[in-house]
Amino acid sequence: MKRLPSGGRIDRSAPLNIRFDGRTLPAFRGDTLSSAMLAGGVSLVGRSFKYHRPRGIYSAGVEEPGAMVHLRDGPRHEPNVRATVAEAFDGLVATSQNAWPSLSFDIGAVNNWLGPFFSAGFYYKTFIGPFRRSTWFWMMCETFIRKAAGMGRASYMEDPDQYEKRNAFCDVLVIGGGVAGLSAALAAGRAGAQVLLVEQDFELGGAVLSDPVGSAGDDWVARARAELQALDTVRILTRTTAFGAYDGDTYGLVERVSDHVKVPVAHQLRQRYWLVRAKRAVMATGAIERPLVFGGNDTPGVMLAESVRSYLNRFAVLAGQTIVVATNNNSAYAAAADLAGAGADVTLADMRTTPPVEARTLAETAGVRLLPGHGVIEARGGKRVTGARLVPVDGTGRAQGATQTVKADMIAVSGGWTPVVHLWSQRYGKPVFHGEGACFIPDGQDSHPLQGAGTAMAAASLSEVIAQGFDRGAEAAQAAGAPGDAGKAPDGFACRPFWQNGLHPAWAVLTAQGKTLGKAFVDFQHDVKISDIDQAHLEGYVSVEHLKRYTTLGMATDQGKLSNVNALSRMAELRGKAIPDVGTTTFRPPFTPISIGSLVGHEHGRHFRPTRLSPIHQWHVEHGARMTEAGAWMRPWYYPQYAEDLCTAYIREAAHVRAHVGMVDVSTLGKIAVQGPDAAEFLNRIYVNGWKTLAVGRLRYGVMLREDGFVLDDGATARLGAQDYFMSTTTANAAKVLAFAEHLLQTAWKDLRVHVTTVTDQWAAIAVAGPKARALLAKVSGADLGPGALPNNHLTHAMIGGVQVRIHRMSYSGELAYEIYVPAGYGRHVWQALHDAGGAFDLRPYGTEAMGALRIEKGHVAGPELDGRTTLKDLGLEGFASSKKPFVGSVLQQRPVLEDPQRPTLVGLEIEGDTGAKPGALLYAAKADAKGHGDGWVSSTTYSPALGRYIAMGLLKNGRTRKGDVVRVEDFVGGQSLTARVVSHHFFDPEGERKNG
Amino acid sequence: MTKYSAFSLVRHALSGNRNWTRAWRDPESKPAYDVVIVGGGGHGLATAYYLAKEHGITNVAVVEKGWLGGGNTGRNTTIVRSNYMMPGNTMFYERSMQLWEDLSQDLNYNVMISQRGQYNLCHSPGQMDAARRRGNVMRANGIDAELFDRAEVKRRLPYLDYSDKARFPIHGAIYQSRAGTARHDAVAWGFARGADRRGVDILQQREVTGYLWDGGRIAGVQTSQGEIRAKKVALCVAGHSGHLAQMAGLRLPIETHCLQAFVTEPYKPLVDTVISFGAAHFYLSQSDKGGLVLGGDLDMYNSYAQKGGLPIVEHTLASAKALMPCMSRLKLLRHWAGVMDMSMDGSPFITKTPVEGLYLNGGWNYGGFKATPASGWCFAYTIARDAPHKDNAEFTLERFNRGYQIDEKGVGPQPNAH
Amino acid sequence: MIRIDCPVCGLRDETEFTYGADASVTRPAMEDTGMQHWVDYVFNRDNPRGWHREYWHHVQGCRQWLVLERNTLTHQIGTCHLARDADLAVKEAAK
Repeated sequence: MKRLPSGGRIDRSAPLNIRFDGRTLPAFRGDTLSSAMLAGGVSLVGRSFKYHRPRGIYSAGVEEPGAMVHLRDGPRHEPNVRATVAEAFDGLVATSQNAWPSLSFDIGAVNNWLGPFFSAGFYYKTFIGPFRRSTWFWMMCETFIRKAAGMGRASYMEDPDQYEKRNAFCDVLVIGGGVAGLSAALAAGRAGAQVLLVEQDFELGGAVLSDPVGSAGDDWVARARAELQALDTVRILTRTTAFGAYDGDTYGLVERVSDHVKVPVAHQLRQRYWLVRAKRAVMATGAIERPLVFGGNDTPGVMLAESVRSYLNRFAVLAGQTIVVATNNNSAYAAAADLAGAGADVTLADMRTTPPVEARTLAETAGVRLLPGHGVIEARGGKRVTGARLVPVDGTGRAQGATQTVKADMIAVSGGWTPVVHLWSQRYGKPVFHGEGACFIPDGQDSHPLQGAGTAMAAASLSEVIAQGFDRGAEAAQAAGAPGDAGKAPDGFACRPFWQNGLHPAWAVLTAQGKTLGKAFVDFQHDVKISDIDQAHLEGYVSVEHLKRYTTLGMATDQGKLSNVNALSRMAELRGKAIPDVGTTTFRPPFTPISIGSLVGHEHGRHFRPTRLSPIHQWHVEHGARMTEAGAWMRPWYYPQYAEDLCTAYIREAAHVRAHVGMVDVSTLGKIAVQGPDAAEFLNRIYVNGWKTLAVGRLRYGVMLREDGFVLDDGATARLGAQDYFMSTTTANAAKVLAFAEHLLQTAWKDLRVHVTTVTDQWAAIAVAGPKARALLAKVSGADLGPGALPNNHLTHAMIGGVQVRIHRMSYSGELAYEIYVPAGYGRHVWQALHDAGGAFDLRPYGTEAMGALRIEKGHVAGPELDGRTTLKDLGLEGFASSKKPFVGSVLQQRPVLEDPQRPTLVGLEIEGDTGAKPGALLYAAKADAKGHGDGWVSSTTYSPALGRYIAMGLLKNGRTRKGDVVRVEDFVGGQSLTARVVSHHFFDPEGERKNG
Repeated sequence: MTKYSAFSLVRHALSGNRNWTRAWRDPESKPAYDVVIVGGGGHGLATAYYLAKEHGITNVAVVEKGWLGGGNTGRNTTIVRSNYMMPGNTMFYERSMQLWEDLSQDLNYNVMISQRGQYNLCHSPGQMDAARRRGNVMRANGIDAELFDRAEVKRRLPYLDYSDKARFPIHGAIYQSRAGTARHDAVAWGFARGADRRGVDILQQREVTGYLWDGGRIAGVQTSQGEIRAKKVALCVAGHSGHLAQMAGLRLPIETHCLQAFVTEPYKPLVDTVISFGAAHFYLSQSDKGGLVLGGDLDMYNSYAQKGGLPIVEHTLASAKALMPCMSRLKLLRHWAGVMDMSMDGSPFITKTPVEGLYLNGGWNYGGFKATPASGWCFAYTIARDAPHKDNAEFTLERFNRGYQIDEKGVGPQPNAH
Repeated sequence: MIRIDCPVCGLRDETEFTYGADASVTRPAMEDTGMQHWVDYVFNRDNPRGWHREYWHHVQGCRQWLVLERNTLTHQIGTCHLARDADLAVKEAAK
């Protein structure tokens, strides 16, 4: 393993300081962590998942199963980073993972010797525990299993980096910046289409990057890049992975903006998530080389042949000196030839007895020792390959003679290639089998807006790659409505042989008896062996899905990118079927793992969801209010004086309202303008009560039901003009009520000439309540608010602080009270004007907790009672329902269970003793066992300053007939057991003298 | 049939693991059965198992259009719990919990029931009150539940966001210690093996394409590979209940929706319990392999597509980071979706239908996996006795006519809101 | 990301809309007191695999309720009309 003195696509003028497990590695700009590791002689990188076997670098790309590391430290620590795609940067620090106490001496490796016991599905068959109710036994075993499993160690630290989401639109999205993708982008770009070309690597070129520097392909790529860069309709994104193809022809991309530097520069992103809507897309995602299966095929030093070639030509790293190349196809001949050309001693074992002449010539010219009809049956060595055991094989890969062991420090393998069809499959389902390439590809139906091109479609030659790319690009541009002509496709160039011509479909090298020599892996990351597939077959787990789940094949972080066909071919052989008849699994997004932060973008912390603020919000904050969440809103909970806690504060505030005057911000209430000639008819239908008689200038409390007859919402609606009503809803249900009203008006009630518009955000609302409310408002507004001029449930217009406002006389607290509606922009101004004038009346603001206490004293229902399961009768509201007209829910509320007289109904509860009950406590008859669901439950509780005791509202079976009874109030989870006397829920001023005064 | 044990593993290991036998047979169909169960997922297989075990009815076939356990059984997020509040639900799910606790021993198959506990977080005083009511109902019915305040939650789950930046601060949580996770595939396979051992025929790769009728009564099923006669036909095809019912002329109070699920790359132990966010439809746990399993929301529109849309992917991951900020740098490995029977009140059906000879088990909403054992147990009881057990007495179709909606969330007849 | 061609606003992402319900069921007349009619309307669904007529609400756009044809197996989108015009559109399509 060494860095060659010249060559490669690295910048030798930019040396980088990088470290792995404390060891400094020689690196240059343009290296990946894995190329630097190979240049620095690192062969052992990690330990495998199950057996903790030594693992090295297996590939040079996203399919890497073995070289997984911890990257960076501190809050930017990232586990499970593939060294093969981690760009080297100055100051890079990486450490090995899944090994203890050290990578070289890992205790977990004992699992390797216990391997036969850990056969497929072993954990389903043991750890069951000695007797019934012994889940603890499994859980004890599980503790150890969990510690041994997992891969990298994650950090609990918060991510310091920034992410963003960006929306984009284009005519043609080209995924992949290799020859096929560049051809597609050229065709589409020339035709005038808006093109977005994305490449996951940091350089364009794809497979060409693995060719020697100065090859014909370099010129081709350079020309294509230059032409694309000159087109202003083409945008190129490198370091960008298209991770998913979704409905509506949308694609998710993640661009790694700063992962190739130590720390993002100030205000720069780490990653950017692109949500692309593309009229058409070309999937030029290439192919991934396929492993061969033989004993010890996971030993560090066994690598994919083209990856070895890539390290040689792209990074100028010769990864071995004495190399055995093993193949069943032509593509590995290029690797063998290039390695021999670089001075390595190369033996090529081809499972085919008669390799094609061109391939032979390529090998022989380069001085490669060719062994046709041979395979590698076992890799020798522990933490590094020391030799290869070669054997003549028949067409199925069975040994046909004596083995011979040759010295080798590297075994480069090629079992053909697997087209990268993930995006297509995510969108359109299972791909189809391609015989010559022995692989799965898209079905080629040209109606799909996403089309494959190049080796992703198993193109068999470079000219085919260019032609497919170009044609798909031109078709896409045309379909997207691009005006121009794509012109002529670029000419081809000389390149390495492709795999499909003459691939021999055998991937495993076995003894004559069909056994492996040692552990032969199909899925490297999850340690799934050929023998595990055999066992799954014996046990009947023969479908692809069962095989996958029983053996965990293909479920590791590489998601089966390397294992799929090798596993299918084994199962096909065992079942005596062809590979396509065994089937394949469906690919799920993302194509490669993506950081959670990238898709979250800015929507975290405070910005996880929008926060709705009242126009008066800032005043509350400035005046020390403790705020609380109410759905998306923030509302003042209480205004502590000095060090008051919630309890002291709300009791003081509520008592103050009853004695003097208070004001509360009720801007969060839903407000809906209901306008039109048929507005009264609309209200008549949507509310249970009647609206035809409501005069202009008056308002009325209303209740509405859901279609199924349960209570939906309540609130007051005012008639502002002949055809103009102002509906208020609860804060929680505002959006639901509006959407429901719109639905009815636009579907079932199209005959009604009514328009509904939300005006929640247009109006601030302030409730002023208390015996001095009238005097205060009369003073600030100058209006006549006397009981004759403005009786309860009437409204008037007035000026406060120079602002035109509407004053609704209505009461939620039970006091003499008004709601003042103010154009939102003046909300704070009017609030302040009231506050300024309020000194003389001892006006105090109060919060939602005191508002709750006041409404409970009055027995008004709110959210806890309107829990979506209560009826009008349950809540004692049946008196509001008109019997003269149908309304929403009027039929279904008559279903028998809703009319059952035994149903829990709303009651008041006077708690006995001097502690309060908690909402959610259960009610039981005094002498009954406190078991089962009980007779009901406590919905709302408070200390009542007016009554000087703790009270509550609740729903109690047969509640109407139990007034005076004593019931048990049981809060099991709170450890509180109380008793309460059942009373009317209209605790305070039941006749309403105060509000009507 | 091999009895599974550590001993049998060693014995097989010593013989090179070459002598394992099928976990269940691959039989030819008989022309007729006493009961044909349509759907070879967890519920269908559990029904077959309990028909044989509890009622001695072994002349039973389970007919599966694909491979058993290939539907929602293999796509869920593996949570088990019994924290249901509504009469009609509470004791059913508790029965399930109790069956889970014995299931590995009962089946001689390790379904990896791991009682790691489950926290339902509360983010407002109102949510705390609702949680208290739920907890009290559970406790009053003999089910474990504890209500924790913010400090206790922080002590137990220190890695959640307790900072000022949290959009929805954690006020507390309700906790069930007996809740946890199980290994979903193992549940299907364990029940399959157990049913098979008792004589049930599991017929895979057979799609039911219609029914055989005997007058107005169902007398069997038409399948892609021929007719099978049966005295009783039992549907266990949640996700596709509407389709199978429609073939029998029934319309159901069900819509089919896709529910999304996610798994991250595997990491060393990070989260040792199940945590449900109270401010969005999101929960998480960590699998034995180390992947964080994230439960997301429905895509909101009717769908049979078994794939999830991007908006819910974004929402779910945002919930993950909101709850546990360190998840930002962890990587999403895979996301997928299962098709759910979303019923009109969020609760299931285990019942006879108006069609003579046809029995329905479906409408599981999000709750199908945890219900698997009790669902099979109660459905077997209902099929065998032609009357429901008290634990599934309310899971009827006509409850909507009566008004007995079992609505845990109180959102009304809107399937995608449950 | 499903994209819906709103007759008022044009082609928009599904995130601007909320899904409503099955649009093939018809709300009984207000005066209809037939319990079973209402039970069928509120609770029972065809729930088809394949093409489905459904309500969507352009809640963050024109606030119009739309009737959309969508395939529940593939999420392919068909016609889209304002709910106000939907009956008309169905009649026209039938001609």
